[in-house]
Amino acid sequence: MNSQLTLDEPLAPRKTRLQEAWHLLRQNRLAVVGLIIFILFFCTALIGVVLTSGQDPVFHPSLVRLQEKLRPPLSKPNLETLRPDEVPMFGVYLFGTDDLGRDAFSRMLQGAWVSLTVGFVAVGISVLVGILLGGIAGYFGQNHICLDHIFMALLLFLGAALLVIGVIPLGVVLVALGLAYIFYYTMARKKPGTRGLPRLSVLHIKALSIDTLIMRIVDIMLCFPSFFLILTVVALLPASIYNIMIVIGLTSWMGTTRFVRAEFLSLREQDFVTAARALGVNSFRIIFRHMMPNAIGPVLVSATIGIATAILTEAGLSFLGFGVPPPHATWGNILSDGKRFIFDAPWLTFIPGFVILIVVLSFNLFGEGLRDILNPKLRERY
Amino acid sequence: MVSFIGRSIIQKIITLFFVSIVSFLIIHLAPGKPSQVDPLNPKFTPEMVERFRKEFHLDEPLHIQYLLFYRDLFTGKTASWKDNQSVLEKIWERFLNSLPLFIVGTILTWTLSFPVGIRSALFRGGLYDRSTTFFSYLLISIPGFFFAYILIIFVVNSFHIPVIGMETFGIGDPGWGRWAMDRVWHLLLPSVLGATGGIAVLSRYVRSQMLEVESQDYVRTARAKGLPPEVVHYKHALRNALLPFVTMFGLILPGLIGGSVIIESIFSWPGMGRMAYEAILARDYPVILTVNFVSAVLVLIGTFISDLLYMVVDPRIRL
Repeated sequence: MNSQLTLDEPLAPRKTRLQEAWHLLRQNRLAVVGLIIFILFFCTALIGVVLTSGQDPVFHPSLVRLQEKLRPPLSKPNLETLRPDEVPMFGVYLFGTDDLGRDAFSRMLQGAWVSLTVGFVAVGISVLVGILLGGIAGYFGQNHICLDHIFMALLLFLGAALLVIGVIPLGVVLVALGLAYIFYYTMARKKPGTRGLPRLSVLHIKALSIDTLIMRIVDIMLCFPSFFLILTVVALLPASIYNIMIVIGLTSWMGTTRFVRAEFLSLREQDFVTAARALGVNSFRIIFRHMMPNAIGPVLVSATIGIATAILTEAGLSFLGFGVPPPHATWGNILSDGKRFIFDAPWLTFIPGFVILIVVLSFNLFGEGLRDILNPKLRERY
Repeated sequence: MVSFIGRSIIQKIITLFFVSIVSFLIIHLAPGKPSQVDPLNPKFTPEMVERFRKEFHLDEPLHIQYLLFYRDLFTGKTASWKDNQSVLEKIWERFLNSLPLFIVGTILTWTLSFPVGIRSALFRGGLYDRSTTFFSYLLISIPGFFFAYILIIFVVNSFHIPVIGMETFGIGDPGWGRWAMDRVWHLLLPSVLGATGGIAVLSRYVRSQMLEVESQDYVRTARAKGLPPEVVHYKHALRNALLPFVTMFGLILPGLIGGSVIIESIFSWPGMGRMAYEAILARDYPVILTVNFVSAVLVLIGTFISDLLYMVVDPRIRL
């Protein structure tokens, strides 16, 4: 009886998917190192934001001690000239001090959080936009946009533009016309049996598919030189950390869109999607429950590498003076402030430089390792 | 073929039209006005601002400004707001400065990354492969400006050679040979820096292409029939692995105008990137828009050329 039972039990794979992935990851030593540094960086940033914020932080990143400026790393503070509450934690400047006598270690801790949020939020935005547009283009791409839709969108857009410029009466008329047409159109669609309101069938001609539209938008975005575009927008907008995240995010979604679309185009022809559709599963569930898990691999890889790129971009912007504004310390602006003292105080350049290098390197290595794990075609064959 | 060319040219013109609209809107909808550039300047009286606005059509509605700007651009009359020079002349002058950087950088990238990539593919998993892999990640990950400073300190300390600018400041009128050497030294560092990222990425790509082709059946057949390894690697495998790179010739075209903002500002190199950066700082809209437009044109021409090359090189593709 007992043996019968064991035979009838379904034979599960010997390893779960996670164990399999871990096994593959362990073979790639660089990727493991990348993952460890990545986790360390994450913890440091989280602890850092706790220790450096609030009224009386453990590490004070913006405390100015002019008598203690440009002290080298691991130097002891001069206790006679400092008030007790100005003495740094552990009684030593771990990474030295900058030209205003601020403790570089505290500033680096604070900067870790900024770099982390810039990286994650920017990539989050770009992945969201990319998945959304790529998903629509891949799944609903064959649907057509008709001439009357374009007409309506043009009416609304022109109206809004005129309102912005200040031609109020004409703008109001155009927007009203557009809205009226949307209302008219939905009314006409709601009653398919009854003739309902007659459509403007003259204009109801298929003009271009949604796929074409989205891919042309991608083409347009790809025409801009990306760093120059980011620089222009950041320079024109008021300086703030959120603007930088949003701008980096909104200028880097094109790659994600392209391959999510490609994945979706091939997935939607596969049998399991047809089966799901035959069972009457709705589109929303097919997309997010059945197709997305199969398409998410390359997105994850490019997101990991995208975080690295975003951290580098932020550092570059800070270097040019368009970065996160002063009360926040970021690795980029510690470095660009430090470059003026590169001969007197090389630690102000080299510590943030090497920290950025190591963190970005770990993201890149882990991302490449992830690509090998997720893509069976790239695994070692011999 | 002809229909493909026609279609793609029309498509690219439409794309260019939308690019021009989008870049115009981005710049003009951003808060802040160019006429408020310097409120502390005592010469900047309200009458000046008024004249300034009239001169540059800033009091017209946005769509008229758009038309006027692109009419000026196509007739070559666009003038910089900062110094009233012709934008196209300015760009051309800066472009000639950036050109040597671009040429040297491209030559370095393409001549170094192929041997490195092919060798690491042939000895996959060996010490050479692993170390080049690590180094290419290192080069991708290093912040460009930080690397620039390390290199500058290294070169200046060990060779005692000035590297900032296009030539040594106040060099006067030295002999022809010294002048040339001076130029070469000044050119070397920024172009090496510009090429590092390219070398890292391209050599990885060569490696993966080569690996893919090496695992094809026809390569195994070639090996099985007893051909010497050099013939297998360089005649059978490499020729096929090179296919995608032919198309990349078209894609390096946009690099002509992009320039590197960061590297050019570190080295005080009076090139395109630095001009664009200065234009952004001064809110010199005609320059920003023209640079944007020209680079969009180059991107589109580049993709067009690469599509054409692909058709010529790969007979399987018929568009």
